[in-house]
Amino acid sequence: MALLKTENLTKKFGSFKAVNNINIDVQKGEVYGFIGPNGAGKSTTIRVLLGMLKATSGTASIFGKDVWKNAVEIHKHIAYVPGDVNLWPNLTGGEVIDLFMKLRGRDVNKNRREELIERFKFDPSKKCRTYSKGNRQKVSLIAAFASDADLYILDEPTSGLDPLMERTFQECVMEARDQGKSILLSSHILSEVERLCDRVGIIREGRIIESGSLDELRHLTRTHMIVETKQQVTGLEDLQGVHDIDIKGESISLQVNTEELDKVVRHISQFGVVKLESAPPTLEDLFMRHYEGNSGGEA
Amino acid sequence: MPRQSLAKTGELMKILLRLDRFRIVIWLVALIFFTLVVPLAFSELYPDQEDRNAMAQTMENPAMTAMVGPGDLEHYTIGAMTAHQMLLLTAVVVGLMNILLMNRHTRVVEEDGRMELVSAFPVGKLANLNASFMMLIVINGLLALISGIGLYVLGIESMGLSGSLLYGLILGATGIFFAGLTGLMAQLTENARTAFGLSLTLLLMVYFVRAIGDVSNESLSWISPLGWVTEADVYGSNNWWVLLLLTGGAFVLMAIAIYLNAIRDLDAGFLPSRAGRKHASQKLLSPIGLALRLQRTGVISWAVGMIFIGLSYGSIMGDLESFFESNEALRQVLAGEQETSFTMQFVSVLMFVMALIATLPAVMAVMKLNGEEKKNRIEHLLGRAVSRTRLISAYITIAVVNGVMMLFLSVTGLWVAGASVTEEPFDFGKIIGAGLAYYPALLVMIGLAVFLIGFAPKLSSVVWLYLFYSFVVLYFGNMFQFPDWVSNLSPFGYIPEMPIEEMAWMPVIILTVIALVLAVAGMLGYRKRDIQGQ
Repeated sequence: MALLKTENLTKKFGSFKAVNNINIDVQKGEVYGFIGPNGAGKSTTIRVLLGMLKATSGTASIFGKDVWKNAVEIHKHIAYVPGDVNLWPNLTGGEVIDLFMKLRGRDVNKNRREELIERFKFDPSKKCRTYSKGNRQKVSLIAAFASDADLYILDEPTSGLDPLMERTFQECVMEARDQGKSILLSSHILSEVERLCDRVGIIREGRIIESGSLDELRHLTRTHMIVETKQQVTGLEDLQGVHDIDIKGESISLQVNTEELDKVVRHISQFGVVKLESAPPTLEDLFMRHYEGNSGGEA
Repeated sequence: MPRQSLAKTGELMKILLRLDRFRIVIWLVALIFFTLVVPLAFSELYPDQEDRNAMAQTMENPAMTAMVGPGDLEHYTIGAMTAHQMLLLTAVVVGLMNILLMNRHTRVVEEDGRMELVSAFPVGKLANLNASFMMLIVINGLLALISGIGLYVLGIESMGLSGSLLYGLILGATGIFFAGLTGLMAQLTENARTAFGLSLTLLLMVYFVRAIGDVSNESLSWISPLGWVTEADVYGSNNWWVLLLLTGGAFVLMAIAIYLNAIRDLDAGFLPSRAGRKHASQKLLSPIGLALRLQRTGVISWAVGMIFIGLSYGSIMGDLESFFESNEALRQVLAGEQETSFTMQFVSVLMFVMALIATLPAVMAVMKLNGEEKKNRIEHLLGRAVSRTRLISAYITIAVVNGVMMLFLSVTGLWVAGASVTEEPFDFGKIIGAGLAYYPALLVMIGLAVFLIGFAPKLSSVVWLYLFYSFVVLYFGNMFQFPDWVSNLSPFGYIPEMPIEEMAWMPVIILTVIALVLAVAGMLGYRKRDIQGQ
């Protein structure tokens, strides 16, 4: 059963549809990547899921309960990390972490707190006004991962972290998943999503324009190939599903539609293959394909 | 000081002056305006020596001496009156201006990392501190000359050239003294807020040391720079040597600050920075605990302020009758029935004024919820197992308790000081009753704030306008003879004006019900609306 599920979720501000008929679901034990550029509707969706905004139409439920009506009950079992963490300037980081853990209203795991403070190399004795953006995010991340939640909702949680801390964050996410927890990770750091997520949904202008596992998504796009052959390859242009042919001396680089891969490789092999490299499309390729060239209008 | 470490000081100072040009103009205009308008108002209000002697009589009590310092009450001319009632308090404000401006250009710049940027240019290590000092010397010099000459130009008989110039120069010299002090604090601590806090604490400390000294032991006042201000006896014996003490002290402080700046690293300080708590105390760990903690400093400051207001009003009660007898203009403000004493009428106006002031911190306490929402901090609570009702209830509870506490403190202060200066003191219960009768009106204001937060958070500052309206129509109502409906638009207009009127329960009960309805509606609205942010 899905831990988190939305059906035709829509949120309007005035006449502007910030979120438009969104359907997503997060299963138990999976990391769901929610990707899209700034202003696409990621944060609005998350704020609806947290019961801060009331959906205009459609439904959203977590643990089978309505996110608006049962917010408090649901929040006992989730942990949320916002992208922009604003803290109280005159409280220390340690005080805020304790406050956040306590307000979830369940038992507080002190050892886990200390362990995470150690791992994130965080100094909890300073006032929040002195923390950089990354340090404020650490406060929120430590409080989230120190709590024994069933679902983690993370809204661009790493935009201020350095690469080492980013790695620590990824370890925390993977540990949580290994313990059977579910994670909704909103991000525009695509390498992070690629590393962590089992399934992704790409959102644009308030709509989900693509969703599925990374493998499924890759299947829909092209593979990049570089080949060198004994004889000059001919007739490539006439094959179906071949794009962007670029010949540099001996070496040819081309893009191939995944479903035509077999036919193309057979064709090339007739000319005596000396070298063949193929790379699956990166998430960035997927992403760019949706955003380049067809901005505006229906996707 | 090697020349090189001062490179570009002049250029920097010009930049600083340019950066702060509006700020400086506003400060100077405000300070000079009040300095000049008060003696004019005094000559309007107290045209005859008789009026002024009556005023002198009301000033002759320890509470007043503690507040504004000793004055020449024997020869209470307009000049002596201005110097007595205004010079010390203006000097405190000038001190505050210098603390703010100095800290802004020293430790704040360093903490924000802009000092690093500037230091990377061929700019001397000590240039910024020296430029800041020079800038403030210029500002204080302008203040001294303009207000000094301005006072003389008013052409008031008792305000001669020598006294007027001394008046201005003392303001300027006090300013430079506190610029030096803040410059020094900025070297000692690592952190801009601490530098500000230390400087402000020292300003308040020298003020209070002087207050104690002036009341009980005059030699104590001599250790306080603000004590020197009143020792100058402006428009009396004009003790010019006070200026030497102030400016001498200022230059010693500046020299120490410059020396310390020269020997320290960027971003470093001399006082150890104290590590904060690594764990929260149990008291913090709830929505109401957090809200209380966030408002703690504010609540304490307001509480002290309310007691202070009560005490200072109370301290002048002893001589009120004779004072009002002799003053036509002030009698008009009261303009009540003739059979009640002026003191009673005065107290009833005071009750309203203090109730209105007590409403400010109470409404601020609930409006804080709105501020937290705008700063995206509410989501930290609502994103966890905290319901909206629990959250807004915490803020309402604090506001409601805050209001009754502030009312109680100010009225108690009034009674304590009043009892010590009058022969037949008021009944404590009667005075408290008169003050607390305003509580329902205060609750309506809180209720309105809650209602707006629930339904129209963007319009919530309307409550301040409404409060201001209440003040204007009721305070000036008697003087300008507004029609009744104007004051009946304010909840404060329905409160019986005790002690001159009898207690009336009906309006008080109805106001309480209105407050309750507004608050409950607001809470329901808050549950249903979107939380703003991002």
